[in-house]
Order: sequence, then structure tokens, then C-alpha cells
Amino acid sequence: MAIKQLTVFVENKQGALVSITDTLASNNINIRALSIAETEDFGILRLIVNDVETAKETLTEKGYLIKVTNVVGVKIGDAPGKLTAALGVLDRAGINMEYLYAFMARTEKHAYVVFRVEDDEAAESALESAGFHLITNADILKL
Amino acid sequence: MAQSYYQKEIETMPVDELKKLQSEKLVKQVKHVYENVAYYRNLMDEKGVKPEDIKGIEDLYKLPFISKADLRDAYPTGMLAVPMSECVRIHSTSGTTGRRVVAFYTQNDIDLWEDCCARAIVAAGGTKDDICQVGYGYGLFTGGFGLNGGSQKVGCLTLPMSSGNTERQIQFMMDLKSTILCCTPSYAAYLGESLKEQGYTADTIPLKAGIFGAEPWTEEMRKNIEATLGIKAYDIYGLTETSGPGVAFECCEQTGMHINEDHFIAEIIDPDTGEVLPEGEKGELVFTALDKEAFPLLRYRTRDICVLSRKKCSCGRTLIKMAKPMGRTDDMLIIRGVNVFPSQIETVLLKEGYEPNYQIVVDRVNNNDTFDVNVEISPDKFTDMVSEILAMEKTLANAMKIMLGINPSVHLVAPKSIARSEGKAVRVVDKRKLI
Repeated sequence: MAIKQLTVFVENKQGALVSITDTLASNNINIRALSIAETEDFGILRLIVNDVETAKETLTEKGYLIKVTNVVGVKIGDAPGKLTAALGVLDRAGINMEYLYAFMARTEKHAYVVFRVEDDEAAESALESAGFHLITNADILKL
Repeated sequence: MAQSYYQKEIETMPVDELKKLQSEKLVKQVKHVYENVAYYRNLMDEKGVKPEDIKGIEDLYKLPFISKADLRDAYPTGMLAVPMSECVRIHSTSGTTGRRVVAFYTQNDIDLWEDCCARAIVAAGGTKDDICQVGYGYGLFTGGFGLNGGSQKVGCLTLPMSSGNTERQIQFMMDLKSTILCCTPSYAAYLGESLKEQGYTADTIPLKAGIFGAEPWTEEMRKNIEATLGIKAYDIYGLTETSGPGVAFECCEQTGMHINEDHFIAEIIDPDTGEVLPEGEKGELVFTALDKEAFPLLRYRTRDICVLSRKKCSCGRTLIKMAKPMGRTDDMLIIRGVNVFPSQIETVLLKEGYEPNYQIVVDRVNNNDTFDVNVEISPDKFTDMVSEILAMEKTLANAMKIMLGINPSVHLVAPKSIARSEGKAVRVVDKRKLI
């Protein structure tokens, strides 16, 4: 059920990020969402893309350090309080969250949130039973 | 300034008499070592040298060399030449690749070592009226105890401050009016900056001289330290293997360190062939200790690249002078006064499950050594979580600190990102420009 997120190690030097996005662009990979976490020494780029396998292959070929991680995607209404509702569900279920990021759909009037949690399945079932609509990689293709 | 001496007769002895003294001592010492240390006996037997072949310093070249590896092999007591019950103390190196060199001392060894340090203090202008602040570490490290002993022999009031705790150093310095400071040059520079920040100037700092060693430093550092603290800064040289600091010391001329030749014979050799080079040529410094009872040294290769000079010195000493070491024949680094071998970093990485792709970057910022280790992260350790990567860096830094005794900053970097030279990662980048 979970969404495949692509994680890329980004060196702390000029041009590091642009050469990654450039590689993706030239292989026709479309980025749906991204978040970047940075430290003094390096950055960690997390991507939701339309074609995980191709993205992984091309970046690996170019020598990038890649990891595919499962994350939980959920559709929430584009209105105040919707994110809070989703977070409340995870909190009450005692699910430990590492990070999250959100994006908007182009056509639908919805927002999407990506959660990186300790236990995907527990998070998914908690969100589903609370009436949230989970999204998959297939859904992402349609966005 | 009129130069004083701690042991004038020795320090100003005519060179031919000095060589005669060395010859007599060498013959005796070789016999002592051959009879009492199986390790040396085996080395000499292998080379076909008997103690009776050594009739004076002209025969020194016949003896085999020993190296740090020999001393490590002999850990802990394999080089001991007297019964343990005759020993009164040990000191130890900071420990390399897990195995330290432990040096043993009889009371006589300590006395002679302290004499050497006392000569250094007197050469720096020290008298019994001085107040000598010892900011070298006390413990297994030789610096603290060595200068402490020398200072007491001179009759100085001795402040056994040990290293660090800058606030306390400054407080004692100002309240008790220390006149001589003994510590590493980088710490002297740091203390100078701290004093300056607190508003003290060269005029208000009571110090008049400093004896700084245990790590490389430049003439530029000397000038800065002298200006900030308002002192004369003197260099001192020594190794745990040779007892500690005081093997060689600077006089008022500040143009190289006089070697205490009544206790040590210095040779310069070609590091590749082992051939003895004539005075004035650059090569590896080799020491033979003439009086050490418990932990003798015959032709010990220091790995320091150096030049000797017997040019007449204006201080009146006849003892040969060694220049500041100009480099190493191995890859040892001295960081914050601690000996660091890249192989130690490698050992830690392998133990922690990393590929040995790393780079040590050393620099000096505000007179303090910075010590960074870049390590290529391996694909199986990569994660999307920053906290996990930071934890990995911390674990590595802790493991390195345990191995080395000093704290590096560890940075995980992308695979293959460390500059390669002929396929091998460039292991060391030393930006300090000390040599």
C-alpha cells in the first residue's frame, strides 16, 4: 500500500542538487513532491516521482547514493484543520513519526501528506479506519 | 644576556672530551643491554655484532637499528633491562593501533631525565627565584612530570597545573606571578589569546620565558607567542622512548636545540639505506641513549627528519644542535600534541563496518588544531533519516576518541567523493603549514 519514496544523498557542494534534478529531467522523470533535510555536512533529498525504478537506475548509474523507502501517503481536504485531524489519528494510535511533507494536487482540490513513520502498516490502518483516503504510487501517476 | 648553565662542565665540555665520554658510556651500555635484554641480544646476534665489537662511538654504526615497531612488539616488558623491582615509574605513549609503548624508569633514569629538563629551564633563563607553571599533562604523558622534575631541580617554585582549564591557568599565573610557562606551543598561543581577551597585555603578564614542545610549531608561531605573552619562547624536544622532553633544548640563541650528548648520541641516517650521513645533511634522526638503565635505546629511529649542526654557539654550549624536525619518514601526524597514525582511523572504520575510504583534514584555527575525518558512507548504511546519520557520525567520533585520545569531527560524505590519487583516497590533508 505504502508509497515508494526515493532518497538521495546530496553532497554539500555547489551544484550538487541541480545535477540530481537535471539527471531526473533528462530521463523524463517528473517530481511530484520533495523535501530536503540538511545538516552542516550533507543534505538528504526525498522525492516522490512518477517512475521510481527509472529514477533509481539512472541516479545509481551516475554514482548517487540512493535508497528507496516506504512512506505513507494520505489525501486530506484542502481546508484548515485537515492536517491536524490526520496527525491526531497517528498520535492517538501511538505512531512515532520521523518527518512529513505535503503537496497539493494540480486538478483536484485536495492536499496530500507524506508521512515517514516507524510502522507503516499501523499508520495506514489507523488513518484508514479514521476515514482517510490513502494514496499509492499508482494514484501519484494520475495526479 | 649572560648565559647560565645547569651543569656547566658537561654543557660546555670540549667536543673531543665529550666524544670520549660518549665512547666510554657506549661500551658499557651496549654490554648492559646485550646481557639483559633478549630482544636486543637477538637483533645483535642476527647482525653478528658482539658487545666487544663496540669499542667506541666510531663502532656505533655496527649496531642494528630499532624502531617503534620493535618497542611495540616488546610490549609490555620485553625491553626491560633491570628487574621490575628496580623501577620506580612508567610513562607511556598515547597508544598507536591499540598498542602502546611503555617506558620504565629507575630512580637514576628519572634523575638524569630531570637534569635534562633542568638544563632546558636554566638555558631559558630559569633560576631558583622563578615561578614555573607546568601546563603539560601529568600522567602517562611525559611532559608534565618531566618539566615538573626539572623545575624542582632548578629550585623554581613549581605550579603543577597540568593541561587545560584555562581559567585556572590564568588565575594562578596572575595571582602567583608565574615567570616561566611550560606547555605545548598551541596551548601557549591559546592562553595568550585568552589573556588578551581578558585585557592583559605583554606588560601586565608576569611571564618572561616559555618552554614549548611536544608538537611542531613555526617561527611565526614563536613570534606571535613572544609578542602576545611578552616572553622569549624556547623549543624543547623529546620522546617517551628517550625518557621524555629534554633530549634537546634551545638556548638564548634560539637557533636549534642542543642535544644532551652526555646522555644521547644523535645520528642522521638515510631513511632508505640506513647509511649514516655527515653532519649538516638532512635525514632521519636516530638516538642512542647512553645512561638509560631500565628502558635502554640503541639506535632508535625516531622517524623525524632533521639536520644536526656543531657550529659554535654563542651561548657557550658545545653540545651539538638539532634543527626543528622538518617532517616525518612515516605518515604520523601530531594533532593537539597527540600522535595520530592514519592506520588508527582505518582500524576504527573497519571495526565499525565501514570501508576504509576516509580523509583526515588537519588545520590550525585560532592557534588550535582542528581535526576532521571525512568518511565515505557505504550504500548499506545510507538512510533517509538525518538523525540516524548524525548518530553514525557520533558513534565513529567516539570510537576514534577512544583509540586516539583526542576528539575528531567525523563527517559522512558521499561514496567516491574523497579525492583519489592513483586510485587510493588521499588520506591526509594537513593545512597547518608547520614545516
